[in-house]
Amino acid sequence: MSILSKEDAQKILNRALSLSQAEECEVSLSGNISGYVRYARNTITTSGAGADVSLSVSAKFGKRTGTATTNELDDASIAQCVRRAEELARLAPENPEAMPFLEPQTYLDSPTYFEATANISPEYRAQVAYEGIQQAESKGMIAAGFFEHSTNFSALANSKGLFAYNKATGLEFTLTVRTSDGTGSGYAVKDYNDVTKFRPKEDSEIAVRKAELSRNPRAIEPGKYTVILEPAALVSDEGLLNNMIFSMNARAADEGRSFFSKKGGGNKIGEKIVDERITIYSDPTHPEIPARTWQSDGLPREKTVWIQNGVLQNLLYDRYWASQKGVKPVAFPSGIIVDGTSATLEDLIRDTKKGILVTRLWYIRSVDPQTLLYTGLTRDGTFYIENGKIQYAIKNMRFNESPIIMLNNLDALGRPERLNGSLVPPMRIRDFTFTSLSEAV
Amino acid sequence: MDRRDFLQLAMLGAGAMLLPLPAFAKAVSETELITPVLDVADKKRLADVALNTAKSRGASYCDVRIGRYLRQSLFTREHKVQGVQNTESFGVGIRVIANGTWGFAATNRVTVDGIKHAAETAVAIAKANSKFQKEPVRLAPAQALGEVSWKTPIEQNAFEVSIKEKIDLLLSVNDAALKNGASFVSSSLFLVNEQKYFASTDGSYIDQDVHRIWPTFNVTVVDKQTGKFQSRSELAAPMGMGYEYLSARPEGKFQLPEGVVGYGKYYDMIEDATLAAKQVREKLKAKSVEPGKYDLVLDPSHLWLTIHESVGHPLELDRVLGYEANYAGTSFATLDKWRSKSFNYGSPIVTLFADKTQPYSLGAVGYDDEGVKTKRWDLVKDGILVNYQAIRDQVHILGESESHGCCYADSWSSIQFQRMPNVSLVPGQTKLSVADLIAGVEKGIYIVGDGSYSIDQQRYNFQFTGQLFYEIKNGKIVGMLKDVAYQSNTQEFWNSCVAICDESDYRLGGSFFDGKGQPGQISAVSHGSSTTRFNRVNVINTARNI
Repeated sequence: MSILSKEDAQKILNRALSLSQAEECEVSLSGNISGYVRYARNTITTSGAGADVSLSVSAKFGKRTGTATTNELDDASIAQCVRRAEELARLAPENPEAMPFLEPQTYLDSPTYFEATANISPEYRAQVAYEGIQQAESKGMIAAGFFEHSTNFSALANSKGLFAYNKATGLEFTLTVRTSDGTGSGYAVKDYNDVTKFRPKEDSEIAVRKAELSRNPRAIEPGKYTVILEPAALVSDEGLLNNMIFSMNARAADEGRSFFSKKGGGNKIGEKIVDERITIYSDPTHPEIPARTWQSDGLPREKTVWIQNGVLQNLLYDRYWASQKGVKPVAFPSGIIVDGTSATLEDLIRDTKKGILVTRLWYIRSVDPQTLLYTGLTRDGTFYIENGKIQYAIKNMRFNESPIIMLNNLDALGRPERLNGSLVPPMRIRDFTFTSLSEAV
Repeated sequence: MDRRDFLQLAMLGAGAMLLPLPAFAKAVSETELITPVLDVADKKRLADVALNTAKSRGASYCDVRIGRYLRQSLFTREHKVQGVQNTESFGVGIRVIANGTWGFAATNRVTVDGIKHAAETAVAIAKANSKFQKEPVRLAPAQALGEVSWKTPIEQNAFEVSIKEKIDLLLSVNDAALKNGASFVSSSLFLVNEQKYFASTDGSYIDQDVHRIWPTFNVTVVDKQTGKFQSRSELAAPMGMGYEYLSARPEGKFQLPEGVVGYGKYYDMIEDATLAAKQVREKLKAKSVEPGKYDLVLDPSHLWLTIHESVGHPLELDRVLGYEANYAGTSFATLDKWRSKSFNYGSPIVTLFADKTQPYSLGAVGYDDEGVKTKRWDLVKDGILVNYQAIRDQVHILGESESHGCCYADSWSSIQFQRMPNVSLVPGQTKLSVADLIAGVEKGIYIVGDGSYSIDQQRYNFQFTGQLFYEIKNGKIVGMLKDVAYQSNTQEFWNSCVAICDESDYRLGGSFFDGKGQPGQISAVSHGSSTTRFNRVNVINTARNI
């Protein structure tokens, strides 16, 4: 019941729209079925599954908008939800920046749904946990991990005739393996739309191997180092590049309060801001990272180039700001793609005279929005490289660095791989700034 | 972690900015927010359905939480209202022990049938999971409390104040900032009301009505000539209070050096925004800090976050044991350090206590989410690590037989687990004002307000910034500084604590959206302190030229 077909969803949305008496009405319907398993100390700690469906109705009178939601999809509940949205709209304060709902749009196709992922069973979830636990236990180590998956649909329609529908599947896997003496820790992270691409055994092995390698780390002096940042350091929940993308808001730039502001007014679109080997774009139809081709207000997500050969091409324009500036609105990307080369991570290591390999970064926080300066720490696998080889594990360090400075100090790019819905290569960066040492493992 | 970053992001984004709806929540009207849906007798009747069903299916223990979680959020910028959102989430969470293993199920069908089915599911899950169980759950005894109730001691329910009145206040705040030189200002108000009914097979039926409020703003000044900008957010804390918090009563004000005003039990949001605009203008012209060692004088509006990150989180027992290893991390404060009874967490004047009863705090409740009466206990006593934060199935690890009463779930649909209680620093025992404290500092920085924060996954190495920084030379403040961040190590930092102002300076700070767990849950927590001095802390300069 939770995953409705395009036809069934459209029927419900049309039913709601037909009951509306507002000047404009927009309705969205979404549902999901999800499951997870969490494990720690080599045992499953929690597991669960859930299903939900929700209808949301937004009614508009002039600049006043009201939104009501319901989990019940019978005729009476839908009618009550429509009435409540209208009631809320009449009472709502005016928002002078409110935009009319969108006219009908054309959307790209993107293969986001995979039957195999939709069919993941509780037994499969337990097996994923077992792979990590069993491998860690066999080496006297301790595994803690989380695996979750979901199947969802979303549909949107409005009184102007717009209609959009998407059905998608996805999974996320993270695993931290620690050595029992507490001196080593390794990490693995994967996400896919299609579970047949997921290799729980091999992916769990990555964390175990890194934990083994990272035992008994040595301290080195903080300072400026050449680093190789793996994709998890760039675009995971704690990544330097996604933090940069989040700050690419056109309005903040035009208002003079962003790195992307131009001195004297306006923004930096058209300016070279990073090394010319850097090209960053987004494409929801990319087969490796397929995503919904519209954002929740119905704005189409299309291929968008953000940085081309080091030159800033675009910023995020919401519909209001785009209307003020007379430009096309730009949807928030589902993920980013950074062009790379064919070089593997091993190739990057082999070509490094002296440097540090960073598995992931942690607790990244903005320090200065003016320069996009961020701080954070390395975590779960930090290694010293000399003469093309990993020599030994080193203690974690705190960095203070701006992704803009970092991308200007680019030394080499590797082969892009999927992480957190994005496709990014490992990067070798010169003069990455570490400011202190951490005892944390 | 905190959701401030998300909020800052949200506030920069234009248009009607609304928070994503929590799971199973629905948008409701103002009237619905203040209309009760079930009386206590109905709740007890429904709770008994869960308890009886679970027992008849073979559970050795069951608790049930019937929860109605109400939230209201209002967003404005300059002279515009950007969004108003009311949500209600109503349902039942049932937790059982069967075959020595936990099982949990939740439903938004608050009916006899819905609850019966969820109780059966919870028992079935417990039995299924018991196959993988390595060690049966050991639950510390809890007192049978009978039928009891608790309510946040509010004067005025903020949900009963009209949206118009709240919007008018926020727009006045914005107006005050703009009139005093702000280029941009955004302000928001978040309200929470948790109506929670708890019952367990131990014989407790607990009805609670919990209120929290968070007023927040951000003032930015752009210098068009230089292309530079600076900003400041509010110096007040989110509180466990009603709308009276925003009454600006003078007894809530703390007059601090350099015309800075701090806030305690009452908040004057318009005054704070007025001062913010003036201070941000000054900050644009402030001197960039010379890096080096400084004695830091930290205001409670700043120190709360350092306490939260470097004391609150590392002393969560589940972290110490490794249950959070894959997400938030583990802890440097290992059991052997605690067992030694001689681990110097801080200097001898440092006593840090946990307290779920502190009035007006975000964490204050009468009973936690597993029916344990709340209390106060020491974590660090006279500098020595003496305890952790633990709940019913954990305290046996510490050789204790009574839970600390700090179990919490952010929704009826989330499973309850150990969450941070309010953790605070005991004020100095001898009379000491902020001015006297500063007068004793030769080379230092006075820091007010919380800013950027980052700490490693075992809570050793941290870096913090703030909102306002004043340079202290030979006992006097000589001007404002900018680009200040300090880095230290938890044990080193707390051992460099040399002076704490007395109780008259004591104030709370806090986080409305502290995150933990997978799937993630939020919670609200306060941290109290008086202004405190830390000697010779490493300060770095965060300015960069691009």
